[in-house]
Amino acid sequence: METIVHEFPPYRRHEPVHEPGAHGHHEDIGFGRKYVFSTDHKIIGIQYGFTALCFMLFGFFLMLMMRWQIAHPGSPIPVFGPILAKVLGQPAANGVMSPELYNSFGAMHGTIMVFLAIVPLAFAAFGNYVVPLMIGAPDMAFPRVNMASYQAYVLGGLVMLVSFFIPGGAAQAGWTSYSPLATSIPTEGQLFWIIGMVLLITSSLLGAVNFIATIIQLRAPGMTWMRLPFFVWAQFVTAFLLLLAFPPLEAAAVMQLMDNALHTSFFLPTGLAVGGQLAHISGGGSPLLWQHLFWFLGHPEVYVLILPGMGIVCEIIANNTRKPIWGYKSLVYSVLAIGFLSFIVWAHHMYLTGMGTKISAFFQATTMIISIPSVIILTCLFISLWGGSIRFNTPMLFALAFLPMFGIGGLTGLPLGFNASDVYLHDTYYVIAHFHYVVAPGTIFALFAGIYYWFPKMTGRKMNEFWGSVHFWGSLVFMNLVFMPMFAQGIKGMLRRMADGGANYSAARVPDAIGALPGTIMELHSWILWAAVALGIAQIPFILNLFWSINHGEKVGDNPWGSTTLEWQTPTPPPHGNFAEPPQIRRGPYEYSVPGHTTDFTPQNEPDQPGAPVLSPAH
Amino acid sequence: MEIPYAVHPRPDTGIYNAKVGIWLFLASEVMLFGALFSAYVLLRVGAPAGEWPHGWLNVTLGTVNTLVLATSAITTLMAWVACKTRQFGKFKFFHGCTLLLALTFLCVKAYEYHDKWIHYEIHLTDGRIADGHLRARDAGSITIEGRYVTDEKDLYDLRAQKDIQTGEIKIPRSQIKQMENYGPWHNTYLALYFTLTGLHALHILGGSIVIGYLWGPGRKLWKTDPEHFTNRVEVSGLFWHFVDLVWIFLFPVLYLT
Repeated sequence: METIVHEFPPYRRHEPVHEPGAHGHHEDIGFGRKYVFSTDHKIIGIQYGFTALCFMLFGFFLMLMMRWQIAHPGSPIPVFGPILAKVLGQPAANGVMSPELYNSFGAMHGTIMVFLAIVPLAFAAFGNYVVPLMIGAPDMAFPRVNMASYQAYVLGGLVMLVSFFIPGGAAQAGWTSYSPLATSIPTEGQLFWIIGMVLLITSSLLGAVNFIATIIQLRAPGMTWMRLPFFVWAQFVTAFLLLLAFPPLEAAAVMQLMDNALHTSFFLPTGLAVGGQLAHISGGGSPLLWQHLFWFLGHPEVYVLILPGMGIVCEIIANNTRKPIWGYKSLVYSVLAIGFLSFIVWAHHMYLTGMGTKISAFFQATTMIISIPSVIILTCLFISLWGGSIRFNTPMLFALAFLPMFGIGGLTGLPLGFNASDVYLHDTYYVIAHFHYVVAPGTIFALFAGIYYWFPKMTGRKMNEFWGSVHFWGSLVFMNLVFMPMFAQGIKGMLRRMADGGANYSAARVPDAIGALPGTIMELHSWILWAAVALGIAQIPFILNLFWSINHGEKVGDNPWGSTTLEWQTPTPPPHGNFAEPPQIRRGPYEYSVPGHTTDFTPQNEPDQPGAPVLSPAH
Repeated sequence: MEIPYAVHPRPDTGIYNAKVGIWLFLASEVMLFGALFSAYVLLRVGAPAGEWPHGWLNVTLGTVNTLVLATSAITTLMAWVACKTRQFGKFKFFHGCTLLLALTFLCVKAYEYHDKWIHYEIHLTDGRIADGHLRARDAGSITIEGRYVTDEKDLYDLRAQKDIQTGEIKIPRSQIKQMENYGPWHNTYLALYFTLTGLHALHILGGSIVIGYLWGPGRKLWKTDPEHFTNRVEVSGLFWHFVDLVWIFLFPVLYLT
């Protein structure tokens, strides 16, 4: 059957496409238009990526300070202590972290890592750079909205950063900002947090609208839905999650803003006492309402964090096993199922709120059901390895490590999803270990894999393989040394969010108490601290490698990994408008090692060879 | 560089980019207001029996505003039809009407807000409560147009009380124990009222700015690319209809129940 070729980008008929290297007029538009106020999806992607990596480093730094305080409560922080004392003043007097500062670092570590580092990197940076290329589009559907999205993100980030320096310091009520705690703490930091969040939510919404519209409208001729690379599907579902899950948090943020600024009582119950005094409020609010609205975002957000990572890993595994991904359709339907189900599991974060056993039972059931598509995805990726001639380059190492690491994170989540076992494990270090396994050695490894994988497309050079593997092995070992002991601590009953790391409940302090934390468990703090320091040191090769390789890496061609997907069929780096000639897509995304083909990969847009068998019939 | 399908519809999806964008945006708006209405339901169901206010808002003004917005929905549609049939004069007339109606809505809303702002509940030292609109205040006393009640509960359900007698009351400041106006801090109902209608009014304002832009400086595009301009009118119109629809829910929820 002959495909009707639509008149694709009409501009191409009027405007000659520039050869790579011959687009000199781009230099004329000036630094500001090109790098700061750019509307080009590739520049915006890189802007997002760079900013998000900086925030990730900052979030990591906050965590290091906290780990010192946990391991050595009340003793001055070496090296950074005096700096903190100078910059922040009283809360870090003499270089010692006060409990208030610990609380605010904890809240901001979570906020920054989730909303300013991982989501912008996984969704906005990779999505912006790769998705339009993968679907054969010249840019995003709304380039100026795209720019506005990045600017709102930067503004939100600045508001969050500024809040560290106001009197009282940054928000202290955890990244979840539970009311009435969030409204009762005497710092304006919470106000900054809310305003920052509203800006970040705005940024995400603009991005989500743009991504979905782009994927629906700008697919090149022949790029049918079932020919989309899995990464595009993952980003598509992620965008829907952001689009529909974030607004309820925005509504909640508006209401908490009203509680803070105009003294309403949306989340403040009647009879609330703060500091032993009856609060002067009208009352009648519901703390549970905040939790419902927060987790209505909060749980889909977990999948916002993980789905792009799964997409990246899938691309890299297909490419480096040199064979089609196993179960492409299962992957697509699973990711759609996850997207839908993630909206009806949120209250499994709230088993201990007293919301009722019937509601708990419902959310326990949906939580168990959502693990099925997740396992299908992971299984498909594992089976894809079977019989492949695997190339162990740096992106592949990170992608392969993602599978068991995410596996650990996912499987340890099951006891938290059952409300009986969650009653014991709730709010312990077990929870911290669980979700960090999903996000840190899970998603962050996938993001590293993506950076190493797409770097040659952005720069025309590869990152150094040796230092890449140093980075990988260091990260893998120390990630596990950081997070594995936390399972043990949590099972022994160590609670999270304690500025003294549980010293008050240790057998050393209260020897006769039943269930007091034994010395072996407390000693793990110091192991974790030094593992975290080592994890930080293991990132140095990455940072140097990233910047050094921009100008000094090994020069490579347009398609160094021998990939089938469209982003590798462009000039390098792709010029404004992306493709040298309008791509016509003829087959599915993972046609590797097709028998009878001259190379072991058949790009999606390669014209059919005469007499060759039809590769992917009638999608 | 031009983005494909920015003006003309893509053949297989049948719509142009901005229309996909606005529908997606409206989906997120549904979730935003959906969350706020859920909050309303949860807080109202959780309120103690007999303490939820009824009849605190002026139904006549609410009805007027409902009709104003309903009419503006029609003029918005007519403005788009005028663009489709390439009658620019008619477009200007109808969207001029839309802008005037939006302004009317906001003025009525501002009057209602002001009415609540000057409405005080005053607890006196002798245990009585004076409730009414502020008329005058000086160093020694407060004058309101209202009434006395003995129990705060008498102030909740105004629909059940026919023929409320009000008069001018002058209260010396020395007798006032506590005095609070009907702002969002007064109780949960007013908090919801101000938040929901405030957010809605911001949407009206945002929509008016867009429509005002198309009616004013944005009309240049009509001369060069009337179809593109018509698309903009359509997209802004879709947003406007959504904002009207939100009001159709707000009116019964806040005014009539």
